[in-house]
Amino acid sequence: MNLFNVLTDRPVDPESAAAKFIADTKHEETHDRLVWGMRMHRDEAARQIPGWEELRELASQIKEHTLTHLDQYLEQFEQNAIAHGVHVHWALDAAEHNDIVLSIFQKHNVKRVIKSKSMLQEECGMAAALETQGIEVRESDLGERIQQLAHERPSHIVVPAIHQLRTDVAALFAKNLATDEQNSDPHYLTEAMRNDARPALLHADAGMTGANFAIAETGGIVICTNEGNADIGVTVPDLQVCSIGIEKLVPRSADLGVMLRLLSRSALGTPMTQYTTHLHRPRPGTRIHFILVDNKRSDRLASPDFWHALKCIRCGACMNTCPVYRRSGGLSYQATYSGPIGVILDPGFDHTKYRELPYHSTLCGSCSEVCPVRIDIADQIYKWRRVIADEGLLPLAKRAGMAVMGETLSHTEAFHGAEAVAIKAIEQLPGVVFNNPLNPWTKHRDMPNPPKQTFHQWYQKNRGSE
Amino acid sequence: MATVAEILVETLALSGLANEGGDVKIALFVPCYVDAFFPEVAIATLQLLERLGHEVVVPPQQTCCGQPMANSGDQAASAATEAHFVDTFKSYDLIVGPSGSCVHHVRLHLDACEQTPEAAHVRKSIRELIEFLHEDIKSLPPIDFKHKVGLHNGCTALRGLGHARPSERVHEPDFSKARDLLTHVGGLEIIQSDRVDECCGFGGSFCVTDEAVSSKMGQDRVADFERNGAEYIASADNSCLMHMKGIIDREKRPLKIVHIAQILNGGPFA
Repeated sequence: MNLFNVLTDRPVDPESAAAKFIADTKHEETHDRLVWGMRMHRDEAARQIPGWEELRELASQIKEHTLTHLDQYLEQFEQNAIAHGVHVHWALDAAEHNDIVLSIFQKHNVKRVIKSKSMLQEECGMAAALETQGIEVRESDLGERIQQLAHERPSHIVVPAIHQLRTDVAALFAKNLATDEQNSDPHYLTEAMRNDARPALLHADAGMTGANFAIAETGGIVICTNEGNADIGVTVPDLQVCSIGIEKLVPRSADLGVMLRLLSRSALGTPMTQYTTHLHRPRPGTRIHFILVDNKRSDRLASPDFWHALKCIRCGACMNTCPVYRRSGGLSYQATYSGPIGVILDPGFDHTKYRELPYHSTLCGSCSEVCPVRIDIADQIYKWRRVIADEGLLPLAKRAGMAVMGETLSHTEAFHGAEAVAIKAIEQLPGVVFNNPLNPWTKHRDMPNPPKQTFHQWYQKNRGSE
Repeated sequence: MATVAEILVETLALSGLANEGGDVKIALFVPCYVDAFFPEVAIATLQLLERLGHEVVVPPQQTCCGQPMANSGDQAASAATEAHFVDTFKSYDLIVGPSGSCVHHVRLHLDACEQTPEAAHVRKSIRELIEFLHEDIKSLPPIDFKHKVGLHNGCTALRGLGHARPSERVHEPDFSKARDLLTHVGGLEIIQSDRVDECCGFGGSFCVTDEAVSSKMGQDRVADFERNGAEYIASADNSCLMHMKGIIDREKRPLKIVHIAQILNGGPFA
């Protein structure tokens, strides 16, 4: 444990942030209903595919095979991409990624960038880094643009502004795009966004994307969107930069069929994304740069407990099914990735800062059941708690409480003594002792009724002679 | 250490024991919070097992399975309690407890203590009450419970112990062991909830460390059952019920809670 980090690097506090989100009833209820709706759509879409479970298993095996041969597939991908005239770069971490992007843009005198949504670029803090260098970075995805205007992170991997009400967007657009604040009609707002985005798309000096999949066999990448924004972004500007996490590899084009059948069905319950774009080589006179980014993925790959999380294809199904995520809103996780997948990915970047995330879960296990590549998400959440505790990162009060509980519950007499104290307290102390803000149980719940006698007392009395 | 699969296979091999009725001495595992706050559930479990012809002993030194500390990740704090659990139950061939999450902990996660042959024996010999009764369902005594009942499967029982088909597995045939047991009860009507296996939000220490989310989940779960006409919420997990009862009492809702053992035994109800 690095004591300095514990003292200086404040951990995120998802519980307090979630409490604030819940207190805003309208947002919380709408969020829960919409996100649960996506889970229901996923169930219906899965029902239409007879071999759904076999498909999940196959996808899991493809990713497992790829990750256990990742060095070979990455080299194969690089060779094939270079053969197509693509410039390939390798970035060890976020800073190196951002430096590579900046050097490309400086070389080509890029001032305006149009980008499609990329969780990896979020992870690297890229937009902020470029903007300090005087480069304007404009999101082209509707939800992501809303978040950019709101100066917020995406709150969901697939639907970044799902936590915002239509009226929030109307207010935001009125402020930024001079729309009518009273008009929250989605068609009106989308049209306003489109009219605002078109000049940016036409006049950008460079286009940026992430990659949903990178194919070793062909050296090409695949980008999936529902708005077609990435397609315009990769066809209009003469310079393209694509950021690719090294875990995005699949061996062959044939493997895509498995992944694409699962991706959108798991995410939104639709058979496919509206646009599935294959990018292989630059048009004559244009340039494409691929940046292959590690950013702690190799560390994760070396971890026996956590490497399976690299299979993730970023569908967000685990978020949609997660009862905690639905009540909390994605921003409460205060990290790049939210929901169950975030709970197991974020501590891999900084387990001191994100030490509370593995506790922002009831371990209900639904996430593992919907994951299209069968990541053992709930088991990994449980294992992360052990890492946090082993590293001495449990809050002092919790650690002390657990030690007392462990001591009490490992001795029969001490346990019965503690029972008696607890029951007497509930019986005799006035309700105000329990119904105060320092007792989190009683803020929204009553205490259990004290029993007339415990079971072992009943047993001794009624069966003691046996 | 045995793998999860091995433990499950060996546990399933115990199925035959239940069917022999009376031949095997059962050690009753009463979870700590059931002993302290819900003695009627332990009494109902004891009486029900005896009515089915089993010889039941209650090891007097039992306390807790270690789950509260282990779920916080604190292996050091849970080790002694787990070792005490193993020591308490090591000499019995069959251990039955009326709590899905505690049995789930013992079977799948009891690894903070030393993994001795006794620990392995205890982990494979423990049975949750519902899964135990389900193997001998035809022997259930006739009983009436003329109420509309919403069935809540605790998450660890549902997905960890296989009490029912989780809603995510859309292609598997629907089944529910608890529902099967309750259909043997005269006059009992099972009502559906809109979100059939949504977590109630208890989650162990989650219920206090994440109070706001926990309470909201509980409020939603209770409201779902009430909206669909339930008079009672029934479960094999009293921890979920304790949490939902706290919300029911605070909000003065008409719903009541009941453990499935109480229904099947015809009480005691409090």
